[in-house]
Amino acid sequence: MVDLLLGAIVSGLLLGGFYAAVTLGLTLVFGYLNIVNIAHPAFVILGAYLTFALHGSWGIDPIAAGVMLTPLFFALGVAIHAVYHASFEARGADSLRGLAFFFGLMFIIEVGLILQFGVDYRLVAAPYIGATIELASVIVPLRMLIPFLVAVALVAGLHLFLTRTFFGRAIRAVAQDPVALQLVAVDPVRVKRIAFGLAVATACLAGALLIIIGPVEPSLGRSYIGRVFAIVVLGGMGSVAGTLAAALILGLAESLTATFYGPSWSPAVVFGFLLLALAARPAGLVSR
Amino acid sequence: MRLGHGGFAVAALAVVGAGYLLTLAIDNEYYFFAGYVVLQFVVLATAWNILGGYAGYVNFGSAGFFAAGAYTTIALLKLGELPIYLVVPAAGLVAGMIGLATGYLALRLRGVYFAIATLALAVVLETLIANWDFVGGASGTFVLRPKSVPLFDSYVTFLFWLMLVLAAFAVFAARLIERSRLGRGLAAIRDDEVAAECMGVPTLRLKLLATTISGALMGLAGAPFPYYVTYIDPPSAFSLEIAVNAVAMPMIGGPGTWFGPVIGAVLLATLQQAATVTISSELNLLIVGVMLVVFVIAAPGGIVGLGRTLLARMRRR
Repeated sequence: MVDLLLGAIVSGLLLGGFYAAVTLGLTLVFGYLNIVNIAHPAFVILGAYLTFALHGSWGIDPIAAGVMLTPLFFALGVAIHAVYHASFEARGADSLRGLAFFFGLMFIIEVGLILQFGVDYRLVAAPYIGATIELASVIVPLRMLIPFLVAVALVAGLHLFLTRTFFGRAIRAVAQDPVALQLVAVDPVRVKRIAFGLAVATACLAGALLIIIGPVEPSLGRSYIGRVFAIVVLGGMGSVAGTLAAALILGLAESLTATFYGPSWSPAVVFGFLLLALAARPAGLVSR
Repeated sequence: MRLGHGGFAVAALAVVGAGYLLTLAIDNEYYFFAGYVVLQFVVLATAWNILGGYAGYVNFGSAGFFAAGAYTTIALLKLGELPIYLVVPAAGLVAGMIGLATGYLALRLRGVYFAIATLALAVVLETLIANWDFVGGASGTFVLRPKSVPLFDSYVTFLFWLMLVLAAFAVFAARLIERSRLGRGLAAIRDDEVAAECMGVPTLRLKLLATTISGALMGLAGAPFPYYVTYIDPPSAFSLEIAVNAVAMPMIGGPGTWFGPVIGAVLLATLQQAATVTISSELNLLIVGVMLVVFVIAAPGGIVGLGRTLLARMRRR
């Protein structure tokens, strides 16, 4: 019983760390830029599939492939924000249309993946996938531990970037006062564009982690939408440390439910979590 | 030029009657098989528009309400051989109750949070259905169509006519709402919810009404679906096709007007029915997704909005 509990806690924390990596990009765009990018999980899946393609063609290690893809995803994010800004932000159009825009993007990515790769599950191979180590009587699979470590590094890196560098501070400033940013000769639109690019870049790294943890299929992204938004909102909308904390709590809750009540109840946990998160911040965007 | 509600009701009944005559006149069953899908999307798009177009509350979980209707039919058929005339309203009732529950969610959630919650709701409903063995669970279940229906040549033509009745009802209801206090209240919520509340608009009650009606209509659209496909499993009921089309059709046709969704649904669904013969259904959805993005960026008023600008320009000359 104690072993079971300990095992569930460890795997929950590892899962939570990975969730943080998936959510970080959304923390940036939703928390700081006020852009409701519901296509974010779709970008993660796209990253997972491109990792799979690189791995399959040239045998590149999945994590290395994920890192190699980040410039491409950064450029993709910059391009998408350029379109988004010109069509919605600059015109002051309502968020309803912005939502529909990302909803459309989400479907284009998902259907594009189905057309290209089919609906079968895809997976990658690496020496650390399948291996385990034993930590204090708990067996830890490396396919969970490695993504966790990469995710924590990503969280730490982003936190340092946002708090220590000029550009990171500019991203935080653009959320609070774009006009003040203009007064110190920084273009808020450029800051937002680069922040959006960064967010999409983290999605492809998260995608590489996703395909290490388990097989991937195109519609998997939809089950992550509830998770990522619950984490962002519960994490305090635009706090990297809060995102990590909320992700760990969600990972723990899911893992404990799966261990003691069965894995088919996990989505119910996510939904409960989302409701809790939304109830905690009912006023939403306006209150910030 | 302006048709009253009575006149519109007569027109809707005339369409339904003409539809019945068509089922007698045309022998090729394929037209009704395809026509059913087009009409199903007219109901879905109209239902989405009541909440999304009039009140500005985006529902991404349309497939969940549609499947709630379809699975109510399944559950009732498993309980006993009930006639379809009872099953369909019951499905609407169940989906309406889910809509009401979602409406209570809207009590606390505004704008984007509501949209996110509906996305998650569809996922949870799908999980529940997949774990519910009584209605077939994840492996799905078969439905036996009755061998014959009185007054109709075949069951497919009957289903076509039934969907035509539902579509006429949905469009009539939407038009009624648009021109009533309810519709004006919803428009006020869409434009500025706080201001509407300050002016004495009972926002909560109107939102609850809108989510219930919208959910019920989506359930009605899903109710005959098990009879139509004869085999149903969670992925086919909670399909991508329904989720994306329910949003894309009103947005492309013209959100916030009763005829926008009709135009969008008839146009897109007919195109899709014609295209599935030649290209794959995935490519079809890709085209819908691209069209949605293009319209949202370039023509926010949809086809109706484009038509109005064109008319205004011609009048100015």
